[in-house]
Amino acid sequence: MDLKEKLVSSFMAFENQIDIDSPVHDVRSEAIKTFEQEGFPTKKQEAWKYTSLKSIINQDYSVFPKQENALEYRDIKKYFIHDIDSYKIVFIDGKYSSHLSQTTHEGFDVCLMSAALNKPKYRLVIENYFNKAATKDSLSSLNTAFASEGAFIHIKKNKLVEKPIQILHFSSGDESALMLQPRNLVVVDENAHVQIIERHQSLTDNPVLTNSVTEIFANKRAIIDYYKVQNDRETASLIDNTFISQKQESHCSVHTFSFGGKLTRNNLNFFQNGERIDSTLKGVTIIGNKQHVDHNTLVHHIEPNCESHQDYKGIFGDNATGVFNGRVIVNKEAQKTNAFQSNNNILISDKASINTKPQLEIFADDVKCSHGCTIGQLDESAMFYMRSRGIPEKEAKALLMYAFSNNVLSSVKIPEIKQRITKIIANKLGVNIGFDL
Amino acid sequence: MLKINNLHASVEDKNILKGINLEVKPGEVHAIMGPNGSGKSTLASVIAGKEEYEVQEGEILLENENIDDLAAEERAHKGVFLSFQYPVEIPGVSVTNFMKTAINETRKAKGLEEMPANEMLKLIREKSELLEIDRKFLSRSLNEGFSGGEKKRNEIFQMAMLEPKLAILDETDSGLDIDALRIVANGVNKLKSKDNAVIVITHYQRLLDYIVPDYVHVLYNGRIVKSGGKELAHELEEKGYDWIKEEINA
Repeated sequence: MDLKEKLVSSFMAFENQIDIDSPVHDVRSEAIKTFEQEGFPTKKQEAWKYTSLKSIINQDYSVFPKQENALEYRDIKKYFIHDIDSYKIVFIDGKYSSHLSQTTHEGFDVCLMSAALNKPKYRLVIENYFNKAATKDSLSSLNTAFASEGAFIHIKKNKLVEKPIQILHFSSGDESALMLQPRNLVVVDENAHVQIIERHQSLTDNPVLTNSVTEIFANKRAIIDYYKVQNDRETASLIDNTFISQKQESHCSVHTFSFGGKLTRNNLNFFQNGERIDSTLKGVTIIGNKQHVDHNTLVHHIEPNCESHQDYKGIFGDNATGVFNGRVIVNKEAQKTNAFQSNNNILISDKASINTKPQLEIFADDVKCSHGCTIGQLDESAMFYMRSRGIPEKEAKALLMYAFSNNVLSSVKIPEIKQRITKIIANKLGVNIGFDL
Repeated sequence: MLKINNLHASVEDKNILKGINLEVKPGEVHAIMGPNGSGKSTLASVIAGKEEYEVQEGEILLENENIDDLAAEERAHKGVFLSFQYPVEIPGVSVTNFMKTAINETRKAKGLEEMPANEMLKLIREKSELLEIDRKFLSRSLNEGFSGGEKKRNEIFQMAMLEPKLAILDETDSGLDIDALRIVANGVNKLKSKDNAVIVITHYQRLLDYIVPDYVHVLYNGRIVKSGGKELAHELEEKGYDWIKEEINA
């Protein structure tokens, strides 16, 4: 039985396990139908031309998580940003781990999707927001069909959440192959502010496939800073589907740091439903071996006077492959739009490759839209300059690559994250640079 | 200090240096002059270890050791410094961080501990004052958006930080106004001692009024065709290079 059949046939059993009267029952039923019709995307589809799921969907994944698996904090501490006080929502093999988490309901909700889906007091929020931003493509639909657990974050009006929220998904390796489908919902009300860090981490080399959906709603003047740390083992794959719906004058940024994993696909979608919205999408990708990272972004400018800023940097070594597909749509009504996009890549091996494609669809006539992409090698004259000052080749390369990624790191607002990312980069490049950028 | 014997070097199969002989002793200042395209910058790059240049014949000895097979950074660790004609812009790396890395990598290569942070700060302060460099300047990205004068002052600042045995100044005077020229020359003169040596590569005699050479060599068509004292520089300034070309061709 292939994975698609397995998932479709598991659906009935899954629905019976949980409340059939749930308000999302119809949504789920609809979603599994979509997935059944469309199946997993193939390279024949334009949006998947350079990314093949073949090698990751041929595993016999366990699709239902078992009971909570105990992990000790000291064993996984290094995956947390542990030097700052934060809220934590931690999952092990898809199950909530209460003893590793620190949630809250005081003034705002940082809790579980399962609670939001099942408790009457959240019914209105679920009705208003659940599956309202996600597109109805096959992978998001697959996630919707099995949506049962993940993070639920609801920040009330005027609330400034001082501590960042960390969402961590661990896979323990107890299953020989595991498929996870976390579902996160983030609702930030008027004038509220929140910072979120998300990470998926496999603890063994057993194959893991995560098909995650995160819906984020930024209401009027809300500010959301979201950081995705992707530094997983080379047996773990991640399809991250993130949908951000913004209302007027809201500011949202998503930083994606892709440093590891077998296959990583980031479907990052911004919808600007209001005026004077600011959307920021930034990413640093540093991969080697046979790793593959695909950034597939969409910014949909629907209303006038909005801005979007995209800046993705990639460094590819060995046989690594990368894809950047940046789509920007500017509706006819969206006059005075400022949309910027840039994608710069360095190939440090002859066998590495990157496919980069800007895709601008502009229907308004009074807009500023720019895009640029570059693919190059490390600057030889800069290398000689640094080496002539006594900096060895390896360190000089590392320094250049740091410098190359620096633009993206400079907009990270949490210093501990910046330090952590800098350390990961140094680690990736196998050097110890004696300073933080 | 430096001894170059019958040096032939090429880049992309083009012969540029065609038998250079040069000896520089500790405490000396040598000027290398010559018309455009004579091979001056190539000579500087070859001594510093730029990989694009291939040495076909001859040898470069630094303190009696052949350095032909050493990488650029290894030559730097042994005390070779090249002040670039066109310093490279490196966005995202500040002047301070660049210098810290350069100094500590050099110390590491010599088996020394990293320089303590307070000592490093003191050194940076001291040397930046010597070159009249503003503190704010040090946190800017290396050479990015620097004026011509700022770039050259920054080169000499790096020289001051690294304290090389052999400094090669490649067209350090180009793009400098008279004030900057004075600051740069003053910096170089203060760094001079009986134990180190300087090679000044220049097209014009102007810089040599400030950094006074012991010897002046004329490089033409890949060879040193004339050597003399500082008065040779004045002669070249007055008469140009044509008379030398004529002498050679005769």
